Amino acid sequence: MGFLAAIGRAFLIFLEATGRLAQFSATALSHLVRPPIYGRLIVRQMVDIGYYSLPVVGLTALFTGMVLALQSFSGFARFQAEGAVATVVVLSLVRELGPVLAGLMVAGRIGASMAAEIGTMRVTEQIDALTTLSTNPFKYLVVPRLIAGLTMLPLLVIVADIIGVFGGFLVAVYRLSFNPAAYLSQTALYLTANDVMAGLVKAAVFGFLIALMGCYHGYQSRGGAQGVGAATTNAVVSASILILVCDYLITGIFFS
Amino acid sequence: MTPTEPATPKIELSSVCKAFGSKAVLNGVDLTIGRGESVVVIGGSGTGKSVMLKCILGLLRPDSGSIRVDGVETANLSERGLEPIRAKFGMLFQDGALFDSLSVWENVAFGLIQGRGLPRAEARDAAIANLAAVGLDGDVANLYPAELSGGMQKRVALARAIATRPEILFFDEPTTGLDPIMADVINELIIDCVRDLGATALSITHDMASARKIADRIAMIYQGQIVWAGPTAAIDHADNPVVDQFIHGRAQGPIKMQIRRL
Repeated sequence: MGFLAAIGRAFLIFLEATGRLAQFSATALSHLVRPPIYGRLIVRQMVDIGYYSLPVVGLTALFTGMVLALQSFSGFARFQAEGAVATVVVLSLVRELGPVLAGLMVAGRIGASMAAEIGTMRVTEQIDALTTLSTNPFKYLVVPRLIAGLTMLPLLVIVADIIGVFGGFLVAVYRLSFNPAAYLSQTALYLTANDVMAGLVKAAVFGFLIALMGCYHGYQSRGGAQGVGAATTNAVVSASILILVCDYLITGIFFS
Repeated sequence: MTPTEPATPKIELSSVCKAFGSKAVLNGVDLTIGRGESVVVIGGSGTGKSVMLKCILGLLRPDSGSIRVDGVETANLSERGLEPIRAKFGMLFQDGALFDSLSVWENVAFGLIQGRGLPRAEARDAAIANLAAVGLDGDVANLYPAELSGGMQKRVALARAIATRPEILFFDEPTTGLDPIMADVINELIIDCVRDLGATALSITHDMASARKIADRIAMIYQGQIVWAGPTAAIDHADNPVVDQFIHGRAQGPIKMQIRRL
């Protein structure tokens, strides 16, 4: 019986957490569409997420593009299909690796800092102070981060795609002796608007999830430094897992 | 200050209960605070003092009972319905709860800019005036909270609490963690601010010196209930073993240590 009780308890905890998250998301979304909107805060979050994530996302994309070119070349060389290298690089980046890797990097960078900042504000009563100063913490803290995540990640992914393709191009031309013009025209040949669209939709969803997880776990944190640490870990882990799950679901919707 | 009871009390709690899980924290709290009165609730750590304040502010919802502010029942108001009620309150948090991403003047002006929609330049002047009211000059306005000592943070937090000129001021352990001199400075400031604003004040503390100084009336909370309430001068003759043990700070007596925090 103890075994069944343990399963039941775990299941109840799971349901409770799901309910809390659903309630949090619903409240956040309802504030997303109601004034006042804090423009200054949104811009500050956009700069934080968009601009300051450029180096890490750019480097990730560059090396991913380079590795893709090397790997697909050595693989395809086994059945004389080296010509497909450019197509493989661009499609994998735009449809899959650009959004997923940018999402994971931003989850580590931004999700963690959101959870730590909001969590610290929670345990030092700054969130209660906001409320007593006639400011809704959802509007002031959560909404700007959600908007910034939703809008900035697609822009980051566009940059990442371009840098990634450029990385592939560098390796193909300077290491694998491809013809530059042929490589570029091959890159553009099989890329469709639908591919780009799917990548950007993924990016927007991931950006929203990263901000949501960061805010949610920070907002729920309890009990001092340890609570904030746990919130930070949970924000990054849950955002990363959700990114991978949603990646599969969105791919299913777009390419089935 | 008129301790006489006006027709509608400023704040009225009757049989307020609040439990976290199976742990009952407030067990039917009854407390009435008249207009312009300064009431101090004393009690040991973990007896539900902070929970009571948060229930009145609507940060926590009581499980049962009634809380009236100016005669308006707040216990079951929606978030939006609570907004005009909350605008009447100013609160000094225990550790200040200053926004560490904002400078001192932005902290003090926060309620004016975000809550009242004042232009920043105007709010800055108001903030500096409020800082002056708590004995801080304009030099600190551009510092950040982390650069200030504990006593200075408390002063800034007090300036922030009074900046919107609230009708009701709450003080959550205003002197905890301060040296005796700074504690007395804060006590004096609290008395001055409350008098200048003509505000109703509710403080919670376990610092008896502070309680005697700022209170018109003292109430003692124990095991989630108000066990004694009366004028400040009467507390030495309260004839209540719980109050007696607390104000004399004795280890022996009816009060047992609270193990878990609330």
